[in-house]
Amino acid sequence: MSNPLTRDDVVHVARLARLALSEEEVEQFTVQLGAVLAHFASVAALDTSGVPPTSHPIPLANVLRPDERRPSLERDGVLGMAPAEEDGRFRVPRILGEEV
Amino acid sequence: MTPDGLAGRTAVELAELVRGGDVSAVEVTDAHLARIEALDGEVRSFLCLAGDTARAAAAEVDSARARGDELGPLAGVPVAVKDMFCTHDLPTTAGSRILEGWRPPYDSTVVARLRAAGAVVIGKTNLDEFAMGSSNENSGFFPTANPWDTTRVPGGSSGGSAAAVAARFAPLAVGTDTGGSIRQPAALCGVVGMRPTYGRVSRYGIVAYASSLDQAGPFATNVADTALLLEAMWGYDPMDSTSIPSEPEPALARLEDGVAGLRVGLVEELADVEGIQPEVRAAVDSARNLFEKAGATVEVVSLPSVEYGLSAYYIIAPAEASSNLARYDGVRYGLRAEAPPGEGYDVAAMNALTREQGFGAEVKRRIMLGTYALSAGYYDAYYGQAQRVRTLIIRDFTRAYERFDVLLAPTSPTTAFELGSKTSDPLAMYLSDVCTIPTNLTGATAISVPAGLDTAGLPIGVQVLAPALGEAVLLRAARALEAGFAFTARPKLKEVAA
Repeated sequence: MSNPLTRDDVVHVARLARLALSEEEVEQFTVQLGAVLAHFASVAALDTSGVPPTSHPIPLANVLRPDERRPSLERDGVLGMAPAEEDGRFRVPRILGEEV
Repeated sequence: MTPDGLAGRTAVELAELVRGGDVSAVEVTDAHLARIEALDGEVRSFLCLAGDTARAAAAEVDSARARGDELGPLAGVPVAVKDMFCTHDLPTTAGSRILEGWRPPYDSTVVARLRAAGAVVIGKTNLDEFAMGSSNENSGFFPTANPWDTTRVPGGSSGGSAAAVAARFAPLAVGTDTGGSIRQPAALCGVVGMRPTYGRVSRYGIVAYASSLDQAGPFATNVADTALLLEAMWGYDPMDSTSIPSEPEPALARLEDGVAGLRVGLVEELADVEGIQPEVRAAVDSARNLFEKAGATVEVVSLPSVEYGLSAYYIIAPAEASSNLARYDGVRYGLRAEAPPGEGYDVAAMNALTREQGFGAEVKRRIMLGTYALSAGYYDAYYGQAQRVRTLIIRDFTRAYERFDVLLAPTSPTTAFELGSKTSDPLAMYLSDVCTIPTNLTGATAISVPAGLDTAGLPIGVQVLAPALGEAVLLRAARALEAGFAFTARPKLKEVAA
């Protein structure tokens, strides 16, 4: 069965998924993910016209709770687990393409 | 009573001994910690042992008893916890380097309820990274071995929990089951493992893998302990918006009611699944005979669409995972990749490098697969089609449950395979979940019960399935099989320095 996936597809998807894959991984995933998608071919060929999709096994809708004030997690405890923090906030590398 | 006489007893017995004051909770905890230290060197079921926090929790149970307080149903009983559950006092890694060293700011609902019931969390067990795997070889730290034969896998993803219970390091363990991750390792390790109905056990504080499929459940050496643990875990939780709001029907009290008149359907497509080991197939036939001897009726039933379950699962689960795992971006917790030399290290580059360094191969594969299946131009052909097939599978089961109370099938097509034998072929690894996945897709409940050993001395599991909210009948049927199989073998462990 021909591979439904190309190397370019893998590079594109890696960018969407924010994964800096190595060259070796790109090669490997092209083959391995292609095999899984090929396995799906028999399912793709099924006639499912008129069949509604199931996104969740138990139908529950509009789950609400009373809008009451409750304590939230303690800020220092949460920030203490962050890779970098500053002035009570998460610190990250620059977001925009210019110096700020 | 010798310490070794305590490690190896059932949870029901230990709770009774502690409640009656025959032994202290501290003695029970110490006996299990000592057994782990002596014998876990070769199995390596734990990522982290609780040690002092476990002894402190046990001492609290003993103080409560001394004060005359009413003790919870699991008072003083050690429980091993899969490292997918947040614990405020122990690191939680999900088996991933990306979360190494992370300590959650809160307890998952399951762990909070276990503690409230008096249980002693004895340690966090190893797993496939983010619960993605069927052998524990995808752990970001080390693989766990099967206590019955340490050259073989314990199954996965809750392999550490299954191995710990099989080795009697704890009478009870909790795991999560997204595609069979409780039942398959239970089968491979010769213990009982159960997946409750979706929404029966709160997912709050469990590291998310595939949210429409994930469900936590119990491991034990026997069905009564399984029911005892389940009743301490389940029930409505306002912190989980998919939690079922109704009260569960008690299961433990009805366990011995028998199966006379019960209608059992033997699932043809799963019993004769491609690649099934003849001894596993024979065990399913033995289960059929045991049911009939106990007064149930058994007929073969066909569920034609289950043959598409595996393919649908390996689109739906990665799709949901690719979305859930977007949160590991190096910003709020866990790993952040160091800036490489040179210019241009912005947030997007940091995200991508952090994820590249922190995730293992299988996690990357599933994120890639899921992202592809959800991407523009492919969404309907893959994800949409998989969801429609999910509906077809649900319809097959609904029809079957018009004629049957429970269904019977193998748990895993084979007994434990050798470490390393499937790591280079993801598709071959995925096939070991073929019999368990349909329950996850339908949101129903199922259990694996030990049925004996194959000629290589490895445990075989058979699976009983019930419709959503059918835990009571499921456990009653499992108890009848357990009584029939009378499985009493235990793995022989070697003392190896950890």
